[in-house]
Amino acid sequence: MKTRFLLNPFYLVGRSALDTVAQIGRWGGLAMDTLRALPQVGTWGRLLPGQMARIGVDSVPIALFIAAFTGVVMALQASYTFTGAVPLYFVGTLVGKTMILELGPVLTGLALSGRVGASIAAELGTMRVTEQIDALETMAYDPAAYLVVPRVLAGIIMFPVVVILATATGIAAGWLTSLQLLDMSTPEFMKGLRLFFLPWDVQFAVIKSLSFGLTVTSIGCFFGFTTRGGAEGVGLSTTRAVVVSSMVILVLDAFWAATLL
Amino acid sequence: MSIVLQDVHKAFGSNQVLRGFSLEVHEGETVAIVGQSGTGKSVALKHVVGLLKPDRGEVWVDGVNLGQLAVERLNEIRRHVGYVFQFAALFDSLTIEENVGLGLRRIPEMTEKAMAERVRECLALVELEGYESRFPAELSGGQKKRAGLARAIATQPRYLLYDEPTTGLDPVTTTVINRLIMKTREELKVTTVVITHDMESAYLVADRIGMIHEGVIRFMGTPEEVRACSDPVVRGFIEGKPELLEGAG
Ligand SMILES: Nc1ncnc2c1ncn2[C@@H]1O[C@H](COP(=O)(O)OP(=O)(O)O)[C@@H](O)[C@H]1O
Ligand SMILES: [Mg+2]
Repeated sequence: MKTRFLLNPFYLVGRSALDTVAQIGRWGGLAMDTLRALPQVGTWGRLLPGQMARIGVDSVPIALFIAAFTGVVMALQASYTFTGAVPLYFVGTLVGKTMILELGPVLTGLALSGRVGASIAAELGTMRVTEQIDALETMAYDPAAYLVVPRVLAGIIMFPVVVILATATGIAAGWLTSLQLLDMSTPEFMKGLRLFFLPWDVQFAVIKSLSFGLTVTSIGCFFGFTTRGGAEGVGLSTTRAVVVSSMVILVLDAFWAATLL
Repeated sequence: MSIVLQDVHKAFGSNQVLRGFSLEVHEGETVAIVGQSGTGKSVALKHVVGLLKPDRGEVWVDGVNLGQLAVERLNEIRRHVGYVFQFAALFDSLTIEENVGLGLRRIPEMTEKAMAERVRECLALVELEGYESRFPAELSGGQKKRAGLARAIATQPRYLLYDEPTTGLDPVTTTVINRLIMKTREELKVTTVVITHDMESAYLVADRIGMIHEGVIRFMGTPEEVRACSDPVVRGFIEGKPELLEGAG
């Protein structure tokens, strides 16, 4: 009887909806603690540079790798699609616009949710289950100031930087591909690139990246902080951090497109 | 000043762990709390530093009621309390020196020089000189516990809480830790609570021993009184006879 009740679809849906609401509530709680911890510059200030290096600088290689190959593929697919019906210099337009508006921020965001979000969740999760976070509290440290603030700030500051580098790399890769494989010239590519370019595009990309940096780091911290149980719990938190932050990135992406474009 | 837990109730979901737990530790006294694994010893100890809040009941430390206390006030109290965690809970990303010095950083008038000096003192006390620049992962279990103890005493607390300081250690290291507990108690005159399920340690270090059973202190007395106690639950625990524990209500 009990199992039948537990397998009831209404029960399951209702249950997971309630769980989700409760999770969002707890995330809000951590967000409030984090905001309150912001004035404690003395605690997080000296930890920020290290986190900026770890979250930002160390993420550059993977972000550039992804962007470069995306740039190559986009140039090739654009010329394949245009097949003479559209002037070839539009390859530059397509590569530029999509890299800046969409693929630079989103692909980098998704890659970093795997790299950065997972590592934050695993690190803080381990600290939670080995009582290191409790130890911090007993030593009169605010864990939000010591652990969350430097990571979230580093994410907000460094994601746009990484995204800009990745986007530039993607466009450069598209340009080189156009020269080498599509028999285009540099002026042709540049003409296409400039055609529909707006400075606002870059601002849009930066806003997106900021929000992705906030998403990935705060969700990583959240799942790390709420980890329970031993090694298994840490694994679960890590997976959840990646899945949830990837989903939130995609939802936010649509949200920004709908509201800002 | 002392530690008082009064009628503390604490549940996690449907798991009722503490059911009216009361404990009084007088100034300068060492109390050992013994009891089976999973009976809530660590949960009780975490209430003393406000890591957990009671569902019902009161916790007083240093004459202050921790209930409804603002974080800033709670942190002031925490500065006088050293907590030695069961698995040391050293920060993986910091060296032993940085671990021990972390609490000192919170003291405003502390200079870098005085801090280094105090860290060296504490490491000498636990016989870990020369390990300053090692990371916790490079230490053995016993060394980690000693480093955890050094970290707890660095700020010269007036209260020391030990969560199973000797569990899982070899007999020699156990003796070393027991001696350290007694030494810090003598030298620093601290009020001490030791959680353990090692009766030898409890007899050795404690002025009074309390046994936790089913969420309450079942028996509290001096080592002699514990030895003479006829309660089947207490006898069952100290003699390691589960049948006595089960038969009792
Ligand atoms: N943070 C927590 N969340 C949920 N359950 C907990 C938590 N801490 C302890 N418990 C539960 O409380 C009970 C007592 O745990 P604990 O105090 O660690 O036992 P011990 O006496 O061995 O130290 C256990 O059943 C444990 O699962
Ligand atoms: Mg315990």
